[in-house]
Amino acid sequence: MTNHWRDIKNADLILINGANPAEAHPVGFQWFIRAKLDPKRGPGTGGGAKIIHADPRFSRTSAVADLYLRIRTGTDVAYFGGLINHVLQNNLYHDEYVKNYTNASFIVDKGYDFKDGLFSGYDPAKRSYQTASWGYELDGSGFARRDNTLQNPRTVFQLLKEHYSRYTPEMVSSITGIPHEDFLKVAGLVGEMGRPDKVMTIVYAVGLTHHTTGTQLIRSGAVLQLLLGNIGRPGGGMNAERGHANIQGNTDNALSWEILPGYLKIPLPGQTNIDDYVAKSATKKLDPNSWNFFGTNYRKFMVSLLKAWYGDAATAANDFAFNYIPKPAENSSWLTIYDNALQGKMEGLMLSGMTAASIGPDSNQVLEALSRLKWLVVMDPFPTTSSEFWHAAGLAPETIQTEVFMLPATHWIEKDGAFTNSGRWVQWKDQVLPPQGESRHDHWILADIFQRVKTLYEQHGGKFPDPIMHLAMDYHNPLRPELDDLAREMNGKDLTTGKQMATFAKLQDDGTTTAGNWIYTGMYSDKGNFSKRRHGIQDVAKNDPTGMGFFPNWAWSWPLNRRVLYNRASADLDGKPWDPKRPGIQWNGEKWVGDVPDYPPKLSPTDPKAWLPFIMNGEGVGRLFSNSLADGPIPEHYEPIESPVQNPLHASISASPVAFLYDKAAGRPDRFGSPDEFPIIATTYRLTEHEHYITQQVRLLVELQPEPFVEIPEDLAQEKGLKNGDLVRVRSKRGKMEVRAIVTKRLGPLQVAGKKVYQIGIPIHWGYVGIAAEMHPEQSQLWLANRLTPFVGDANSRTPEFKAFLVDIEKA
Amino acid sequence: MATVSRREFLKLTALGAGALGISELGFDLAQAYEVRQQLRIAGATESHSICPYCAVGCSLIAFTRKEPDGSVRLLQIEGDPDSPVNEGRLCPKGATAMELAASSRRIEHPLYRPPGATEWQTVSWDFVLDKVAQNIKTSRDHTFVTTDAKGNIVNRCDGVAFAGGATFSNEEGYFAAKVLRGLGLVYLEQQARV
Repeated sequence: MTNHWRDIKNADLILINGANPAEAHPVGFQWFIRAKLDPKRGPGTGGGAKIIHADPRFSRTSAVADLYLRIRTGTDVAYFGGLINHVLQNNLYHDEYVKNYTNASFIVDKGYDFKDGLFSGYDPAKRSYQTASWGYELDGSGFARRDNTLQNPRTVFQLLKEHYSRYTPEMVSSITGIPHEDFLKVAGLVGEMGRPDKVMTIVYAVGLTHHTTGTQLIRSGAVLQLLLGNIGRPGGGMNAERGHANIQGNTDNALSWEILPGYLKIPLPGQTNIDDYVAKSATKKLDPNSWNFFGTNYRKFMVSLLKAWYGDAATAANDFAFNYIPKPAENSSWLTIYDNALQGKMEGLMLSGMTAASIGPDSNQVLEALSRLKWLVVMDPFPTTSSEFWHAAGLAPETIQTEVFMLPATHWIEKDGAFTNSGRWVQWKDQVLPPQGESRHDHWILADIFQRVKTLYEQHGGKFPDPIMHLAMDYHNPLRPELDDLAREMNGKDLTTGKQMATFAKLQDDGTTTAGNWIYTGMYSDKGNFSKRRHGIQDVAKNDPTGMGFFPNWAWSWPLNRRVLYNRASADLDGKPWDPKRPGIQWNGEKWVGDVPDYPPKLSPTDPKAWLPFIMNGEGVGRLFSNSLADGPIPEHYEPIESPVQNPLHASISASPVAFLYDKAAGRPDRFGSPDEFPIIATTYRLTEHEHYITQQVRLLVELQPEPFVEIPEDLAQEKGLKNGDLVRVRSKRGKMEVRAIVTKRLGPLQVAGKKVYQIGIPIHWGYVGIAAEMHPEQSQLWLANRLTPFVGDANSRTPEFKAFLVDIEKA
Repeated sequence: MATVSRREFLKLTALGAGALGISELGFDLAQAYEVRQQLRIAGATESHSICPYCAVGCSLIAFTRKEPDGSVRLLQIEGDPDSPVNEGRLCPKGATAMELAASSRRIEHPLYRPPGATEWQTVSWDFVLDKVAQNIKTSRDHTFVTTDAKGNIVNRCDGVAFAGGATFSNEEGYFAAKVLRGLGLVYLEQQARV
């Protein structure tokens, strides 16, 4: 989230796409309801907030929304694109913000073009773009040329306007299935949000990310928010509701192939030293008044990380052990792990608190992949569908040569440490209970394994043992590091004075400072561990002095306890809040006050050298047009890989031309279905009572939601002769599941590109392990929802398309 | 937390009956429930936790008591009323967190399935940790690439992957990233994508 949960109460309008917070994040949803019902925001004070929910399925979120729109899954770029078009064509954007706080005025390189569904630079053989032409026209100093009148036809503003002129209300309706008149109602409400005294938030979840166009689905919302001047403001932003307790924290910590802690890029082959790495990874300053803070300090953050990892073995002479960091040959994300296992290239896999067989996609293929491993380690408090994969239907244990280890791990409540929530609030938790049975903490298991591997290399030698030998393990007990020690290491210290760092602004690139994760620097200074702070609503007047819900002394949020990212953009050029009733930060003549400023605290906004508001990127402003993505500088609607219709915008380039397909052309068996064989659109989702798969071990929750089901619209049920409660078989090209049918009005037919289409909904929570499975051992073998989903990924993130695929359905 | 005696309990119920109306049983059930909850956690140790499920980040208060045999008993988990995130509220999952925390369904000992076996074997930690360490070393040595085809120094292990960590504490996740990169892993993933 750019903002945080409590901040949603500050919004005038809440757009919810690809999310169902009333059911998936129920307690967070109180802030949506408060925005709508808070009596202090009643008539005479601007009125209560309105909620617009666009989702394939009518849910409890829709029930309290002011407008519900049944949208075809995966078409939100068309929805947001239509709103962008409405805002641009009717001059409803926030003019001062757009001119000064976005790259609207930047002039785009002559080579940039978009035609018939393809951006310039497409290479069909590689199914990828050369993105060189997606840059700006540069002057002699390397800065982007600008036209502050926005009249030049090559400005980002004019190109954006032209691009989205195709997204007429009729086109939006044809793609999304949202009735024309309903879309106009939304456009009317959204169009008011460019006024400085109004603010809108966009909230999304994996309903936007789980698509081959996921990154651009989110970007299209962000572009709309920038045009309306809503990024950086309380009550605004782009807000991702994340689905696991610490998915945010451990993305920050880089349990992700493409990054190192603090979102530093993983070094790639050919980057021979730190200078080369920084030159190729850090953003370049593109405007004289751009601070380019991240790019400028990239080397300091990287060297401080290497000092935290390699200690005395990281020296200026050896380029701070830069060569110890492994450099991947290819995209090494989730899908590739299993693809490589299928091809016999992956020998071992360790899973911790994550079950591959259930998460999928294409669980049948994942099960096959697990059976081709030499060894599999599962660290978990409970048995999982992965630890037990050799018992899955269709697999014969005696023929499976995978050696399987089940290591009993402790729970969240048996260890301390911090969780970072969706809103970046880092909240410490106590160890409440001792480990149950012989179970051990995951990090102690890893520490112990690491020491044993190290001993083996000491005794027997082997391939390049240096990074193992020199990894800094100077904890009180290297086999059992304390999380408090690790929190201090993440924060980092000044090696000259021995003091903990108070801010990442003081980190150095000469090896005199450490920071295991620079965005957490400041959380644990010599003043203590700020994530333990507990000054909450027991005294609201004292603990929330601005009244905006920041609660600066409750826990800590990254970076530097800032509660709203990009908050310099919450104030105008003179430093006055766009809306005095909802200030983020403001200039009081001497300094910035309010939230922790995303800006030098004492830099006057009227200083001729004042930095542009978005200090982290090279432009210094928000990017309506960006060359940092693989599939286009401006979001464009593409169909899901499996779709019942051709793209109404450009039938010849219907789906994303750069999505990663794992198809015949890529040397894999083709596992995609056609609409003739599989005419129905399916999407997957969660229920309130379950969390992925672990709650199959919680009796009370299994009692509340005991068995899997599929939600089917009434008309489709009638066409197929299905009744409520029937056992039905859902089939895709990849596999099948057999579950009960719930025939419902919550789903219904859509008119899309002149064709009637149906969507069905499948909750993901069941499999062949857990309480319900023990009660139905045979049936539960056909309960994995991800036996249906396609093995395909977004061009940027390679996130699979769990949320839009084709199936057929019949009585079992 | 003050201990409520049986005498005070009766006094409270009498007051409750007067102020809030008497149920068919002759006393107010809401008050009785309140007092029962008080008795349940009287004298207990109060600790702070965070809900283990989604990423709203609801604060929890956990009550435990040390038993005469030295074990720690979890008495109750409830929403923390001081939190600006949840203000004491919990959803069905958070409200049943206690059943996840202390469960008879837990795996309490390391298990091992040799290739081709049809059953688990219960084994010792030393046994599994030695075997896993040996497997990692063997696979690492077998698939380690120091220099790629273009002559670039890459120092990576291509044959071992790690996935998970969405319920690690931050510090555990940080440590896992450090150790796994230290071993040379490039196939590193968690629930952010899937």
